[in-house]
Amino acid sequence: MANEIAVKNFYQQSTNKHTGILSWLLTKDHKRIGLMYMMAIMSFFVVGMIIGLLMRLELIAPGRTIMNAQTYNTLFTLHGVIMIFLFIIPGLPAIFGNFFLPIQIGAADVAFPRLNLLSWYIYMIGATLVIVSLFLPGGPIDTGWTFYIPYSIRSTTNVSMALFAAFVLGFSSILTGINFITTVHRLRAPGMGFFKMPLFVWATYATAWIQIIATPVIAITILLVIIERAFGVGIFDPALGGDPILFQHMFWIYSHPAVYIMILPAMGVVSEIIPTFSRRTIFGYKQIAYSSLAIAFIGYLVWAHHMFSSGMSDTARWIFSLLTFIVALPSGVKIFNWVATMYKGSIDPQPPFLWVMNFIFLFSIGGLTGLVLGSLATDIHLTDTYFVVAHFHYVMFGGTGTIFFAALHYWFPKMFGRMYNMKFARIAVVLYFIGFNMLYFPKFIMGYMGMPRRYYDYLPQFTPYQRISTIGSWILVGTIFFIFGYLIHALRKGKKATSNPWGGVTMEWHIPSPPPLENFKTIPTVTHEPYDFSQLKEMKNE
Amino acid sequence: MSDHQEAAVHQLHRDDAGARMGMWLFLFTEVLLFGGMFLVYAVYRYQYPDQFHLAARELNTTLGTLNTIILLTSSLTVALSIAALQNGNKFLSLILLSATLLFALTFMVIKYFEWTTKIAHGIYPGSPELLTKPNGQILFFGLYYVMTGLHGLHVLVGMVVISFMIVFIARDKVTPDNYVKLENSGLYWHLVDLIWIFLFPLFYLIQ
Amino acid sequence: MSGNNKHHISYGTYIIVWLALLAFTSLTVTIAGVNLGRYTLFIALSIAAIKSALVINIFMHIKFDEPIFKVFLGISGSTLFIIFLLTFFDYIYR
Repeated sequence: MANEIAVKNFYQQSTNKHTGILSWLLTKDHKRIGLMYMMAIMSFFVVGMIIGLLMRLELIAPGRTIMNAQTYNTLFTLHGVIMIFLFIIPGLPAIFGNFFLPIQIGAADVAFPRLNLLSWYIYMIGATLVIVSLFLPGGPIDTGWTFYIPYSIRSTTNVSMALFAAFVLGFSSILTGINFITTVHRLRAPGMGFFKMPLFVWATYATAWIQIIATPVIAITILLVIIERAFGVGIFDPALGGDPILFQHMFWIYSHPAVYIMILPAMGVVSEIIPTFSRRTIFGYKQIAYSSLAIAFIGYLVWAHHMFSSGMSDTARWIFSLLTFIVALPSGVKIFNWVATMYKGSIDPQPPFLWVMNFIFLFSIGGLTGLVLGSLATDIHLTDTYFVVAHFHYVMFGGTGTIFFAALHYWFPKMFGRMYNMKFARIAVVLYFIGFNMLYFPKFIMGYMGMPRRYYDYLPQFTPYQRISTIGSWILVGTIFFIFGYLIHALRKGKKATSNPWGGVTMEWHIPSPPPLENFKTIPTVTHEPYDFSQLKEMKNE
Repeated sequence: MSDHQEAAVHQLHRDDAGARMGMWLFLFTEVLLFGGMFLVYAVYRYQYPDQFHLAARELNTTLGTLNTIILLTSSLTVALSIAALQNGNKFLSLILLSATLLFALTFMVIKYFEWTTKIAHGIYPGSPELLTKPNGQILFFGLYYVMTGLHGLHVLVGMVVISFMIVFIARDKVTPDNYVKLENSGLYWHLVDLIWIFLFPLFYLIQ
Repeated sequence: MSGNNKHHISYGTYIIVWLALLAFTSLTVTIAGVNLGRYTLFIALSIAAIKSALVINIFMHIKFDEPIFKVFLGISGSTLFIIFLLTFFDYIYR
């Protein structure tokens, strides 16, 4: 490791002749692009979070508290649009996928570095459009993030602009997907067969396929609505013979698989963290790899379970309900394999591992309540209530959001070359858990009692639950700011990280922290299985 | 060690198969994009079969057939131009690409006359004439304009791409040894043709 | 490693395929004039499918390119098929 000091890392070496900010804005380095995504995505996450906080504050008491009803409509729409399209869909693939996918397969960069940079710019243009749409005359969009017809045709707010933003963001997502698939097929290091790839790569690969195959459908749907609004073409508008339910079909043909765009990379991160901190090879490597593909595939067949109460045929309803239950199988395969990996391992409960425990608990609640909603009869009762909101947040925030923090804690030393305060990190996990459950669990109860989602006002009997939920939001948001605080502090003052602080064995732990430009001195030849911990000894002598 | 790092110029190896793979993946997104529109078409045709038949009579089958022939021929000239470049015949390749451009232009001109004739008859989205027709016909013409319009947009993009290829070949940026850009442009052009192969019978041949 | 397409297709093959495409076009136009009832759509789409198979295999070289591309083509094709199939479970039984 003596030569580590001599090696320049990617912060010190640029792919172009520029220095300073231009060396970032014109970079082709996948690591820098990953970090640029990180800056942008986390900023939007904070914005979305503050909007959520304001909504919770409004709901602390019945009636008007701090805003009027139209503002509330706007806020829940924006919260959805920002969190879905700007944070959670690009979050893990664009930040950690960009940074670690090429490293984990032993490549110097992605297949199309310039296209990669272009995707970032397209993402930024899309994000800018979302923001511009707030301030143009007409006012911010109030349709909910689902843009259901016919209201999205009739609404006088800036729907077209926001839709176009989603279209642009989708384009960015597609280009990233194309890049990752080609990278995995063409740039694996010698010896890195498909079944020697780390599971995060498998998950990101499956995700990339969904990005490519599902996103165009929403792109055309959005385009059709924009054209319909602009030229009065009859397509979905029921007044001209159109079928609003067809819009819902096409919206969910993308948006349901999009849920798997969000969760699959998270599952990949879990499959990385658990072996590392159990010092034990992953149990059922191939099953986990295949289950990623299976989830991506079955995730395609279930979209209409969002539409049980919207007037589909009964035949379609039971078919989609049946298909929905099948998704539980590959998800279950993963959970059981993770648990089996920990069994008889020598578990080292470092913060990233604790985050994963958080995930397994929260995601299991989210997944199991998903079965409640997937069965036709109970869904008719619970649809469009807080139960759905709670389920969704347990899956997406408790699942992907939690893993976002897990990945951040796991790879932080590699990305920035510094360690954070372990004690603070452990405290944060506990506070996060408390805040999260206080915020979202009461929503299951309220939903079961009949509290509809997206309502500005509520009946007095819901007050205690709403209040607990609002207090939970303060704890959760406070914790998240606490996390950002100690991580930012660690960037400057943290202890220098070694090349392998956790004792991981995948490729990224073989190279210095932070990695050099182009990652490897020479493209490595892979001889070990991905989670073969017998290499740890050799790695120490390297 | 640090010398070695300094020497590592950021230059990735050339990978033509990788470039083609990226292009194919992009084409699949295009296929699914149009696939979404074909789904809308299929659903509405299923719901309003008779109205679709009546409305389709308004379309000019002769012009549609002519355009099909033109587009198929332009696909041929692109394919031939790649073969010509592979054989080292730069001049022939340029001629064939220019022919493609000319066919594409003819396609667009015919399309233009088709559209303007319709519009002159008062059939365009939101027109009072169209709104008096039954719902199925409104949907048919809505889809007609959107689908052929979006296809036309792709033709225009293809023309720009092919123009670039003509310049690249002329300036030896695309050569008999390194022609993956031309191949990918060709793939894009064939896709435009493919979509038309389906649009044509679905709109012009359902009397 | 440059991976250029080594398989060169002759001008003649392209022209034969083009002639076939034209023949199928005139066939589909002719058949459209005959009233075949509910088979009209099926026949028109079958001919379109044959034409596109020709374009994809020969003009787009997929027959001679990397085998994995055929797998990709299968994935996107079957996705499209599934989307149509499942959506029509709603409309047919409504």
